[in-house]
Amino acid sequence: MSATNQKDFAEHAIALTLNGQPRQLQVQPWVTLLDVLREQLDLVGTKKGCDHGQCGACTVLRDGKRINACLTLAIMCDGADLTTIEGLADGDVLHPMQQAFIKHDAFQCGYCTPGQICSAVGLANEGRAGNADEIKELMSGNLCRCGAYSNILAAVEEALPQSASKEGGRQP
Amino acid sequence: MNPFNYSKPSQVSQAISLADGASRFIAGGTNLLDLMKENVDRPDHLIDITGLPLKEVKETANGGLLIGALVSNADLAWHPLIEQRYPLLSQAILAGASPQLRNMASTGGNLLQRTRCYYFYDAAMPCNKREPGSGCPAKSGLNRIHAVLGASDECVATHPSDMCVALAALEAVVHVEGRAGKRSIEFADFHRLPENAPQRDNQLADDELITAIELPPAGFVSHHHYLKIRDRASYAFALVSVAAALELDGDVIRDVRLALGGVAHKPWRDKSVEQSLRGKPVSRENFVAAADAMLRDARPLAHNAFKIKLAQRAIVRALSEAAVGGNV
Repeated sequence: MSATNQKDFAEHAIALTLNGQPRQLQVQPWVTLLDVLREQLDLVGTKKGCDHGQCGACTVLRDGKRINACLTLAIMCDGADLTTIEGLADGDVLHPMQQAFIKHDAFQCGYCTPGQICSAVGLANEGRAGNADEIKELMSGNLCRCGAYSNILAAVEEALPQSASKEGGRQP
Repeated sequence: MNPFNYSKPSQVSQAISLADGASRFIAGGTNLLDLMKENVDRPDHLIDITGLPLKEVKETANGGLLIGALVSNADLAWHPLIEQRYPLLSQAILAGASPQLRNMASTGGNLLQRTRCYYFYDAAMPCNKREPGSGCPAKSGLNRIHAVLGASDECVATHPSDMCVALAALEAVVHVEGRAGKRSIEFADFHRLPENAPQRDNQLADDELITAIELPPAGFVSHHHYLKIRDRASYAFALVSVAAALELDGDVIRDVRLALGGVAHKPWRDKSVEQSLRGKPVSRENFVAAADAMLRDARPLAHNAFKIKLAQRAIVRALSEAAVGGNV
């Protein structure tokens, strides 16, 4: 489809909350949330790994639940409350999960890290992981090609109790 | 991804009136958008159904449950009524995909996900399911993950769902609505075998929308097990999976359900095998006989003969686990 023909397809106005701020956006229907975050809003913390929902590098939180931004159409986020890695810290104070990743050196190259951290916060909100085996199973949607899993596990295990979002969080 | 038009109706009737062969309904989008990125599917129009009132889990008059088509896989697996009354379904859902995908994927969409056959997914290759009449490279190609039961000359693909294997065992009913009205489809009849029309995965017409899945009262709470065998410990499709459910009187089998995933174009059940177990005592010998009978018509391809023995052993193990107690 040529660029000229694409103009026949309408852009749509959407309104959402992004990292606590209300945002109004114009989006084409076929643009993913991941591409809007990175290309339109310059929020490049959310990473594009596989772009097929297999690696978890693009994990963000929608209404407190972790999702893959690469398999989400931006247009379907109208009205959503989104949190990316850029929105987890409180000013200069890091989120407990970010702090724990630094403390435990839970990365090597760092490319999967924003997705790992957002996923771990989503895990905390779910309140279903009570031990290391359950954390491993419930973090399996986030791959780390450097193989930093043992340190990621240590970080998540330590920060899980302090990491649930204020709303919707629930302890195991 | 190709450009397309987008609409978001608020009523089921509106959604149905917009649907045609070139449109697709979208809810979670976890499979559809992936297929569109690969140019396997190129719809002109996406009809966003996430605004439809299909998000509830309700109790039915006969003691079963009616699950709205838009309930997410995660919300369903962790719904108190599902965990209490249909733990087999919870276990199967949690064996599939990743937590992120389960948060996105819908109940209705889980039934409609397409096969993960490598050749179906590669738009540069022939595939009878993608382009009817173009051929099936899987039959003579890499077919380790393909079907050993119910395949045809045209297609050897498998259905990828875990949830559907449990729904088959629980004898769920699929409620659909189209321009011609509403109808209910028994789970066993919903998905098709490939035969000579592998492009059709199921019985739905273009304008039909899944509105709900109904679970009958029997949940096999005391004796059930979902066993999934895959290439890694988590987040992979099944090579073979088994949903086993028993109702016991002492050690005598009063009722039994057995469904297999990863081996056919649809969740595989054989009511004659289940009937052969009824009235018999729980024993390894009886389970082995049932497992052999379940696979009696299996036909291996070059790389997947291992699935036959694997499925037989998995059936024996799943039935044995179910007989001892529940899961977890």
